[in-house]
Amino acid sequence: MNADARYALRLGDDALVAAQRLIQWCARAPELEEDVALANIAADLLGQARALLALAGEEEGAGRDEDDLAYLREESEFGNALLVELDNGDFAVSTAKALFFSVYQNLLYRALSAVAHPVLAGIAAKAAKETAYHVEHAALWAVRLGDGTDESHRRMQAAVDEVWPYTHELFAPDEVTRAAAFAVDPAGLRPDWARRVEAVLVEATLRRPEDGWAPSGGRAGAHTEAFGYLVGEMQVLHRAHPGVRW
Amino acid sequence: MVSEESQERSQWPLWEVFVRAKRGLGHLHAGSLHAADARMALLHARDLYTRRGEGVSIWVVPSAAVVASSPDERDPFFDPAADKAYRHPGFFELPEGVRHL
Repeated sequence: MNADARYALRLGDDALVAAQRLIQWCARAPELEEDVALANIAADLLGQARALLALAGEEEGAGRDEDDLAYLREESEFGNALLVELDNGDFAVSTAKALFFSVYQNLLYRALSAVAHPVLAGIAAKAAKETAYHVEHAALWAVRLGDGTDESHRRMQAAVDEVWPYTHELFAPDEVTRAAAFAVDPAGLRPDWARRVEAVLVEATLRRPEDGWAPSGGRAGAHTEAFGYLVGEMQVLHRAHPGVRW
Repeated sequence: MVSEESQERSQWPLWEVFVRAKRGLGHLHAGSLHAADARMALLHARDLYTRRGEGVSIWVVPSAAVVASSPDERDPFFDPAADKAYRHPGFFELPEGVRHL
């Protein structure tokens, strides 16, 4: 797979895995309305994943479509960042993940909407609007929990501390981002990301964790143990009934 | 029966949602939802009532702020209107050529 295809693939994998994790909240969210909100966000992410995986298949030129790429790859062939595959944890952990990831996605998509690739730019322009909403949703929850009760503050701070190390991988350039013709340099997104996320943390009366441990490997296919179960659940139907449709 | 107080504690407050389908039309009541505050109510309304392009504008109003007529008042409120035909503009001769009136 060439660098352009691999770049589109990892963007799609980020969205796909984030959607799959998020949908695990379905029927478990604290309120019915919140259930619908999370499912909506997951549906946005799934739509981004479909478009990006289809693009990756075209760039690869080997006849694989979005379903082949989503359902028939092994764990180690996925290039999503570790952040999106982490277990949902409690609602605070999911909120921290959603905040860090949606701000990253929003900045990335806004930058990608200006690249000289009409299909990718089109996908990114639509996704930039969707993720602007995801950011607001996550930020409202971060502030509500962080600046809420003692218990919600304690949990939200613990969640931010737990998830923070995984944000570093989002901004680490590698051979794919360097070689792909239409890639945005992820390191260049970091200052804006930090500014926006830190503003939310301040409003939420949360402490910004120190930078230190920076786990990575997701981009290269080295995933966490939890990821295997996620992929298994996501692919089981398609593997049991190849080509199954609604 | 659950008392009103304990219901309040276990659930977020109720909000009424009004959606305007397009410019020039009024906001119509679309339904209601639970939310912890006004901004959350607006976001939930967006997710619940405008997912298929139904609207260009949303109002949310605390349900507690709505003052409603009671079913007991139906007769004194609405019955007297039924037999007053002169309140309808049916007694005017329309000039030739006027349409859409």
